[in-house]
Order: sequence, then structure tokens, then C-alpha cells
Amino acid sequence: MSDTSLDIALTVNGERVNERVEARKTLVDFLRDDLVLTGSHVGCEHGVCGTCTVRVNGEIVRGCLMLAVQCDGAVVETIEGLSDNGEAADLQAAFVARNALQCGYCTPGMIVAAQDLLNRAKDSGNVPSREAIRAHLSGNYCRCTGYQAIVDAIESVAQARAGAQ
Amino acid sequence: MKIADDSPPVLTALDRPNSYIGRSVPRPNLARLAQGRGQYVSDVVLPRMAQAAFVRSPHAHARIVGIDKSAAEKAAGVIAVITGAELAEVMTPWVAVLTHLKGLKSAPQHAIAVDRACWQGEAVCAVVARTRAQAEDACELVEVTYEELPAVTDAETALDPKTPVIQPSLGDNLCFERKLDVGDVDKAFAEADAVVETTFVTGRHTGVTNEPRATVADWNAGEQRLTVYQGTQAPHMMQDLFAKHLGLQHHQVRVVTKDVGGSFGIKVHAYADEMATVALSKLLRRPVKFVADRLESFVTDIHARDHRIKAKIGVNKDGTITAFEIDDLTGIGPYSVYPRTSGIEANQVVSLVGGPYTCPNYRAQARVVFTNKNVMCQYRAVGHPIAVVVTEGLVELAAAKIGMDPLELRRRNLFADDAYPAQSAAGLKFEKLSHHETLAHLDAMMNYAGLRAEQAKLRKQGIYRGIGFASFIEVTNPSAAFYGVGGARITSQDGATVKLDAQGNISIHSGVSEQGQGAEAVMAQCVASAFGVPIERVRVVMGDTDNTPYGGGTWASRAAGIGGEAAWQAGKALRENVLTVAGSMLQTTPQALDIRNGLVVDKATGNERLSLEELSRVVYFRPDTLPAGLQPELVATRHYVPKAWPFAFTNGIQASYLEIDVDTGFVKLLKHWCVEDCGTIINPQLVDEQIRGGIVQGIGAALYEQCLYDERGQMLNGSMADYLVPMAAEMPDIECGHVVSPTTDSELGAKGAGEAGTAGAPASVMNAINDALRPLGATPLTDMPFTPGKILRALGKV
Repeated sequence: MSDTSLDIALTVNGERVNERVEARKTLVDFLRDDLVLTGSHVGCEHGVCGTCTVRVNGEIVRGCLMLAVQCDGAVVETIEGLSDNGEAADLQAAFVARNALQCGYCTPGMIVAAQDLLNRAKDSGNVPSREAIRAHLSGNYCRCTGYQAIVDAIESVAQARAGAQ
Repeated sequence: MKIADDSPPVLTALDRPNSYIGRSVPRPNLARLAQGRGQYVSDVVLPRMAQAAFVRSPHAHARIVGIDKSAAEKAAGVIAVITGAELAEVMTPWVAVLTHLKGLKSAPQHAIAVDRACWQGEAVCAVVARTRAQAEDACELVEVTYEELPAVTDAETALDPKTPVIQPSLGDNLCFERKLDVGDVDKAFAEADAVVETTFVTGRHTGVTNEPRATVADWNAGEQRLTVYQGTQAPHMMQDLFAKHLGLQHHQVRVVTKDVGGSFGIKVHAYADEMATVALSKLLRRPVKFVADRLESFVTDIHARDHRIKAKIGVNKDGTITAFEIDDLTGIGPYSVYPRTSGIEANQVVSLVGGPYTCPNYRAQARVVFTNKNVMCQYRAVGHPIAVVVTEGLVELAAAKIGMDPLELRRRNLFADDAYPAQSAAGLKFEKLSHHETLAHLDAMMNYAGLRAEQAKLRKQGIYRGIGFASFIEVTNPSAAFYGVGGARITSQDGATVKLDAQGNISIHSGVSEQGQGAEAVMAQCVASAFGVPIERVRVVMGDTDNTPYGGGTWASRAAGIGGEAAWQAGKALRENVLTVAGSMLQTTPQALDIRNGLVVDKATGNERLSLEELSRVVYFRPDTLPAGLQPELVATRHYVPKAWPFAFTNGIQASYLEIDVDTGFVKLLKHWCVEDCGTIINPQLVDEQIRGGIVQGIGAALYEQCLYDERGQMLNGSMADYLVPMAAEMPDIECGHVVSPTTDSELGAKGAGEAGTAGAPASVMNAINDALRPLGATPLTDMPFTPGKILRALGKV
């Protein structure tokens, strides 16, 4: 039982948010229920499936393993933010062209995780191999695709971004 | 980027000027999903909506002595606490039987258990509150007094006289039994040069859809109408069941299926807690939402494949298979699952074993027994993975025994490609299969000889690699023979309505539903091609019983083959209607015209005569300018059901190449191949991705997935931390190839492709593991999943 609520102030997808939340509420429940950002999905609620992957202060986290109150003062970015600002547009286009999503439920988490890998690759100047892509996605569960199409899509964007640099 | 578009287009009547049949057209719904703009049932919020949570039995079998709701009713946010007896006032129980599965029996099942809980996880009380968290809090305050009863957890002893009977009204624990005896099996075994006998175990596992089951039910007392937003594969089937058990008419029930986060057969059943959610909405006269959490999913989503099969094959030195014999035993939980029943899986095993081969002697027995574990029912590729593991496991053990190459043994027994129509020993009727051509294609695609040479070379270095195969057949495009003849109100026909709007664009309303497999794209391709418009001008509407023709939905690989044909025919019918109008407007005959790329053209020259925008404008806004005798019909509906064959069988063969670390027992998957024949390929990319996803699901069964229970009926690994699923890092790249043998039952010629991957993958991985371990003298592994521990035990290392 929770009878403790706290006021938090944070930035979500570039917008300032001030809310009162129960201390026990997870970040993903806060995003989905309070802010109605339903692009982040709930799959297992115990940190295994990666469906709720979002970015907090630049690092990807499991929205089900972090409490909303821990995000007081944080900068949170979700699939809605990455879509609206165009940051993941090439990844999203590649996922569509390669049919790298079927039911689409894991896809927002996959895109956020893939974008993290590609950002790291850009910083290090490397183009990630298929094995590196698979390893980076090893915490994101997809039941539909068998992963190959996802790896293909990310690989193509990694190469295109490297070529464009 | 590799876009899978390597299949040769095989086009006949389908080869229209702007045909999309055979092209890898992107799916229209994907951009939305990739941007997180999907609308899953989990996302649905309605005014006054309340949330349900369930108190679930901690015991596998227990009498409910009493339920004290008083503390829960006082908890914050609680709207109602409802027991099974109270809910039974608004919803009748059900019994899942099919008359064509003779003798199949089951006991009445209530939405919430009334006096007895029969598996760990069965709902015994519902709490409805303002939020899910408040409902869960209050669940902890519901005091249920149980009297624990003996639990039946071992299928092997379920029929023993001293074992308690789970459902006393049924007399025993036997749900269903089927026996088959074809040819002269005893003589065939007696005269065989070699006989191989073993026992296969296919581990109980489950679908683990990424989005758990989700339902939002909205009973509107004002209009006496129920709207149910549900992640289901069969909206019209659910409409029928909600109406039947709430005492409503079909027109009082609307089922809306928006985006669904994975189904795979998990979401094609009537679940007690979802039925309860609908009943709660009616009782409370407000919207009620229930989304299973992951822990609930593991103990309530149907499980499948929990079979023990004693199996035997006879073979001659020349490779001729003389006989197959199986004895299948499966424990399906305390109830047959509604409405498709839990007899189908074992029935399929009996029907499918030996299916690719000409061997005329076959004896089978299957017994389906009740147990106090979670219920089992149809999951992707129903029965196929089990039958393929048994058949192909036996075939490769027989090949090893007589010292013959496993592909060669298959070549000597598979139905010849010119032998059709043909019938298997079990009585399956095949219109046209291509076992030998698919095998030859696979042989070349994987460079089999080269891999064998590599394998031999590496063995000398202490590296143990294995190559395993699995030939298979797959049931697709089912007619009424599957369910309708057994009395289930599950339609096998499907419909499509195509409309031309006032700007000359098309909408298609289809009775099949989108679960991620790409049905939307397939429907758009069929209509765009048949009618003659660019695909961008086609909008697809699905998953709404108010707005689509009556249809079966998506299961048994039927969406493209059946729904696609209905869409194709509807597109053609609308083209005829439009050309009738155009002929009148242009003062020529409809036969002299065609529609291509969104324009009415002169059929002979292709010259533009009229745009669809102009035709629509005239029909809708200036009908006064049309001849008095002409009434344009810019809507057309067509239905389709397979008629010539009860099922459109497909076929194919898979191969697995893997390496085993003989010190740790770990299996590294190096590569996987599949060549299959699903008839006309409407969208090569979607077919390949169905194959790949299906294969990985089958690999999960082979290597990782099992619902473990203790002897008291407690599930031991019901979380994603404990139940392993395939993840990206361990999966191989998968190469797909195709042979195309269209069915002549439809103009499109498409068969299904959704389950072939799952059907063949476990057997090919099993055979590859045994191939790798054979030189080490390991006992062949036949007990799935093949964990490192089992491999080390087979090697005698632990």
C-alpha cells in the first residue's frame, strides 16, 4: 500500500512537467498513465523484455525498473520525442522498409536501444558489426521477427550514417 | 540493406498491368507503429473506466471454503469485489467440446471459479477499482479460505484407478482418445531390416506475447450494447461467445481489435478472466479494463506441446520406411479450452506423423488427460512441431542405424512431386506438394556437401558441429472441416467489402485481422491489383465486427489464402461495377475498358479515358447526368471459403547447422535454412519474415522454453527472468527459399505461410544436436528443450 506521494519536476521530450506521483509508481507507468505517452510499452515489469526502454539524462534505462520520483529534475526522452524531433527517422524508415517489426509492440524500445548503439558508434568512430548489434539488443525481446530483419535494418542505418559523416 | 525479393514472380491471371502480387510492398501500418503511435488495447482509456485485478488460487487444486471480501471492499479506490458465484448471475459457464472429435469431454467452466480452483492461477475473485494498483492492493485483502485437494500433476498416472478424478461428473480423467491403425503395421515391423524405437518429450511451453492479453469491456446500459476492445485473433468468434454467455444478440455486441502485441495462437481462445471482465462491465454498467501482467500470463495464457510420445519406425537397408507407430500422451489441464477444445493438438499429432512420406503402414494412439496444471490449447503450428519432431527424429535415427545419408533416406520415401493428388496413411489429402524440389533447393542453397566436408575436418580438431534436417507439411487455409463440422461457431469463410469513395480512392473492409503478420498489406495488394489502383490509394479496415464482413479472423495460416482471395474477388467485382458506369459515361462497352493505375483506360491501347476522381464525382454528386436506367454500385462484397480441399497443405524442409561446446553443453546456432512452398507468394518479404520469426519461435522450444511444474502443480519458472526465450544474441541468420505450387482452389493460389517455420525448427535443431554428438557415442537426445545440462548428461559428463 502506498500513501506517499511526491511532487516531481522534470523535462519529458523537451516539455516541462510538474506532477504529483505516488512514490511507488514506475517511470513507465508515469509516462503511460499520467502523461499518456503510450508509445513506451509494458512487457514484463521486471526488467527483462526491454519493451519499456526510454532515455533518462542521455542513458537508456528500463522504464519498469526506475521510479518516477527518481526522475525528479531529469531529462526524459521517449519514442514520441525521438519521432517528433526526427532523431530516429532514418532508423524508423529502415525498420519499415525491412519489415523489422511485425506486431510493433517491442519496436519503440528497439528503436531507442538501437539509437543508443548508433550514438555510441558515432562517438567511437566504429560501425557496429552484426554481432555487436545482436549483443546490444540482447536485452530487447521480440517474439515476432526472429531478430534478423531488425539487425539488417540497424546495420543499414549504421553504414549509412557512417558514410554520411 | 537486404530486401528479400528474390522469389521469381509466378503470375498467371494475377498478372495485371499494375499488379502488386509477388512484390515486397511495405506494410501500410508500420510507420505508425515504429513511431510509438500504435493503439494497443493496453493503451485504451474510456470515460468512467475501472480496472480489474483477480485473486488467483495459490493451489493447484483446492475447495473454496469461504471468501471474506469485507476488508477489500473498504480499501481505497475499490468499486466492487465480485466472487465467482456472483458473476455466474450474469454469465453462463461453457463446455469446450467438438462433436467430430468423438468422445471428447470436459466439465463446465465458469469465468471465475465458483466452489473449486483447479489450477494454480485460476481466478477465484475479482476486484474492480479506480486504478490497477488499487485493485491489486485490495486483492491482497481478500481472505480466501481453501481446503487443499490432491493435485493430479503426472499425465502418466492420470488414468490410474487410484488417481483422484479432477472432474467427478466426467467419471475419469480422460478428455479425448484417438486410435488409428492403417495397413499391416505388425507385419511391416516384423519384416523390416531395422527398427528404431524411442520416446520423445516435447516440453510444455507458452507463447509469451510481448503485449499480454488485454480487454476493455464497455457495457452501455443506455443502448443495451456491449463494446469490447480486445487483443484477439477472432473478433467475430468472440462476439458470438460474449453474446451467448451474456444472453445477448450478436447485434448487441461489437468487438474492436486494434493493434495487437503478438498473438501466435495465444489470443484465439476464450479466457476465463477476459470473459469475467466483460461480465463485470455488464454487472457494474461501466467500462472495465483487464490487462494481464507477466506473472499472470505465465499461469493463465494457454500452454501447449506437453506431450510424451513413444515412437517406432521400421526401415529396410535400401532406406524404405516400412512403418510408423506412436503412442502419444498429453496432459491438458483441468478443462478443455473454449471454444476450440484441447483435443485438437493431439488429434493433429496423430494426423501429421509420417505425413511427408509414402509409407502405408501407420498405427497411432493418442490420449489426452486432465491434470491440475494450467490449461493447454492451440499455439502456433498446433501439433506440427510435435509430429515433425517425432517423424523427423525417427527418420534421422533410422538413417544413422542403416548408415544412410539422412537426405538420401528422405529422397527414397517422400511423396514424388508428380504423385498428386495423393493421400497420406493417416488420410490427409494433398493437392500438390513439392518435397523433392524443396529438398533439392535446400541441398544446393546450403552447400550440403561442402558443410559435411567442413564438419568432418573440424571434428578432427575436436570441434563438434551438427547438421540436422526436418521435412514437414503444414495445414493451412482450413475449411469448415476444422471446427464448423464439430459444432463450433468459428467461421471458415471470410469476406471483403471494397468501396470507391468520392475522391476515387478505395477502402477494403476485411474479416481477417492484423496481428503483425502483414495482413493489411496483403489485403491492400490484392485489392489494388484486382481493381487497378496504386496501393497508396487503398485503405484497409479490419478488426471491427461493426465494420467488416463476417469472418474467421487470423489463425491456422488462413488470412492471406482465404481473406486475400475474398479481397481479390471483391476488387474484381468493384472493377466490373465501375466499368459498367464508365462504359455508360464514355458511350462504349465495359469490355472495351480497364482500370489501370487509378485510371479508366482503353483496354486495347491503355490510353486514358477517365479518372476515378471524375467518375466518383459524377456518380456521387451529379447522378442526374447519368442515364435513367443506370444505378451505379460503387461498393462490392465477396466471400470465399475453400471448397475443393478440406485444407491447403504446404510443405518444405529446414536445416540447422550448429556447434556444441562439449565441455559446457552450450549450443551455438551457426545458420538455419528453410525452403518452403506456400503456393502463390503475394508478398515475398512478408513470407520470409513469417518463416524467420516462426523458426526462432521453434528454436525457443528446442533449446530454452519450458514451463516447469513441481509435483504439487506449482509453476516454478513463471517469470521472464526464469523462463528463457530466444534473444537476438543467440539467434542465427536464416536463409529462406521458395518453391511455388499454387492451389487451384482459389484464383490467387495462395496457401498459408505463418506456421511452417515453427513446425520444422525444433526437429531440425534436435537432429543437428544428435548429429554433432553421434561420433562421441552420446545417447540421442529426444527430450526438449535441449539444455546444456541434458547435453552434458548425454555425453556422460555429469
